[in-house]
Amino acid sequence: MLLTFLLVVAIAIIRMKDLFAVVMLAGIYGLLSASFFVVMDAVDVAFTEAAVGAGISTLLMLVVIAMTGHAEKTTRHKPLLALLVVTITGGLLIYGTLDMPYFGSADAPIHNHVAPRYINDSIQEIGVPNIVTSVLASYRAFDTFGEVVVIFTAGIGVLALLSITRRPEDDDNIGSFNDSLNEQHLVVRIVSKMLIPFILLFALYVQFHGDYGSGGGFQAGVIFASAIILYAMLFGLNIARKVINQPFFQFISAIGVLLYGSVGLASMLSGGNFFDYNVLSNDHITGQHLGILLIELGVGCTVASVMIIIFFNFAGQRGMQQDNEKEHHKNKELS
Amino acid sequence: MDIVVTISSGLCLFIGSFLCVSGSIGVLRFPDFYTRMHAASVTDTLGTGMILVGLMILSPDLLIFAKLVMIQLLTLLIGPTASHVLAKAAWYNGLTPKLSPNVIDQNKHKETTSSNP
Amino acid sequence: MLMGLFNYWIVVVLMMIGLYIVIAHGNLIKKIIGLTIFQTSVFIFYISMAKVDGGTAPILADDTIQYSNPLPHVLILTAIVVGIATTAMALSLVVRIKEAYGSIEEEEIQQQDNQIQEDKQEGKQA
Repeated sequence: MLLTFLLVVAIAIIRMKDLFAVVMLAGIYGLLSASFFVVMDAVDVAFTEAAVGAGISTLLMLVVIAMTGHAEKTTRHKPLLALLVVTITGGLLIYGTLDMPYFGSADAPIHNHVAPRYINDSIQEIGVPNIVTSVLASYRAFDTFGEVVVIFTAGIGVLALLSITRRPEDDDNIGSFNDSLNEQHLVVRIVSKMLIPFILLFALYVQFHGDYGSGGGFQAGVIFASAIILYAMLFGLNIARKVINQPFFQFISAIGVLLYGSVGLASMLSGGNFFDYNVLSNDHITGQHLGILLIELGVGCTVASVMIIIFFNFAGQRGMQQDNEKEHHKNKELS
Repeated sequence: MDIVVTISSGLCLFIGSFLCVSGSIGVLRFPDFYTRMHAASVTDTLGTGMILVGLMILSPDLLIFAKLVMIQLLTLLIGPTASHVLAKAAWYNGLTPKLSPNVIDQNKHKETTSSNP
Repeated sequence: MLMGLFNYWIVVVLMMIGLYIVIAHGNLIKKIIGLTIFQTSVFIFYISMAKVDGGTAPILADDTIQYSNPLPHVLILTAIVVGIATTAMALSLVVRIKEAYGSIEEEEIQQQDNQIQEDKQEGKQA
C-alpha cells in the first residue's frame, strides 16, 4: 500500500547524508501523500498537496541548498536519548489509538454532528455542488480569512529577511547574457514558451471552476505562481524582473487580503453578520455565489503573488551570492 | 464488438504497465547515469502513453475522450523535455558517461560552464 | 483490529520518525524536512478519519448517496497552506543564519555563540 511506501521514504530520509537526495525524497514523500489523499476521496486536498508539497516546497528547498551546502555533517555521538523519547511517545500514542473507531466506519462520532448538516443542507443554503468549497468559503469563511492573512504574513516575513536592492548596472549585461543562454537551453525554451500560456489558463480555470469541481483559490494561486517561476528559471532572473514587476505583486498580495476583508465588511454594512453573504444581493443564492467568487479571487491573488515574491527573493539572494563569488575570484586573480 | 473493445484496451493497459515495470528494473540495473536516464524516460513516456490509449478506448463519452487526448499530448510534450533537461544539466556539470576502455573519449569535458540561476 | 487501525499506527510511526529527525539531527535543513514529515503525517491522520466506506468525494452528484466527510478536508486544506508558509519563513531564517554564522550545523552555531559570550565576558572584565 501507499502507506508502506511513505514509511520506506521516511526511513530513507533519516539515513541519507546528502541533502540534495533528501530534498528529492521529501518531494517524493509529498507526491505519495497526494496520491494517498486521492485514494481517500479527498480530491481538493490532494490537488493542494501535490501543487504545494511536491512542487513549491521542493523548489524552495533546492534554492536554499544551493546557497547553504550539500552535505550534512555526521554526528559523533549516538542519539540514544532521542530514540528513547520517541519510542515512549510512540507507544503512548498507539495506546491512545486503540479506542478509536475502525477505519471507514460510517457511524464514527465525527460523521454524526456537523457533517450531515453540511452535506444535506449545502445545496439549498449555498447552491454550490462542491461541499468543500462551500464549507471553506461560506460556512467557515472566517478561518479562511485567518489563513490568507497567515500567507500574507509569511510573504512580509520573507521580504523583511531577504529583500535586496537592485543595482542599476545589472541591467546592462542582459543583452549578451541572453544570447549565450539561447543556445544552451533551446529545447526547454521552445517547449515552455508553448506551455506557459496554457498553464496560466489552467490556473484561471481552476480558480473560477472551484465551485463545481475540485479547485479554488489556493490551488489556482499556486499553479499561477509556478508558471511564473518556470519563466523566471528559464530566462534568467534579470529578464523575469523586467517582465514581472515585484512592487506590483506586493501590491496585488495586499489587494487580495483587502478584497477578502471588504467582502465581510460590505455584508456587515448591508445589515448581516460579518461574512454573511445572504445580504449581498436580493436572492440569497446569488449573494452566496457572489461572495464566494470574490473571496476566492482574493485568496488566489494573495497566494499567487506571495509565492512569486518568496521565489524571487530566494533566487535573488542566490544571484547576489553568485555575484559576490565572481567578484571574489576576480580580485584574487588581479592581486 | 464489446469483446474487441475490452480485449484491445486490456492489451494496451498490460503493455503500458509492463513497460513501466521494465523501465524501473532498468533504472536499478544499468551501470551509468545516462543509460538509466534513457531507460527511465523512454519506457515511462511510452508506458504512460499506452495506458492512456487503453483508457481512451474504454471511455464512455466524448468529453472524457477529449480530456484523455489532452493529457496524452501534454505527457508526450513534457516527458522527453524533462529528461533532456536532466541529461543536459548532468553533461554541463561534468558528469562523463562510462565508456568501454578502448574508446577514446574525444569530448571529455574539462571545465564546467556557468550554471543558470 | 490490525486492518481496522493500520492507517493510524502507520501515522504514529511516521510522526515519530519526523520527531526523531527534528530532535536528533543537527543540520537545520534536515530539521525542517523532519517537521514537514511530521505535518504531513498529521494530515494523513485527519484524512483517514474522514473516509467513509462506500463513500465518494464530497462533490454533489446525482447518483451517489454516501459522501466522505468534508469537514476534515477543509481543515487540512488550511493546514497545508499554513505549513508551506512556515516552511518558507524557516528557510529564509536558515539562509540568514548561514550568512551570519557561516554554517548550518547546530553544534557549530552553539560553539560560536558560546565563544561570543565568553569574549563579551572577558571584554567586560578586562
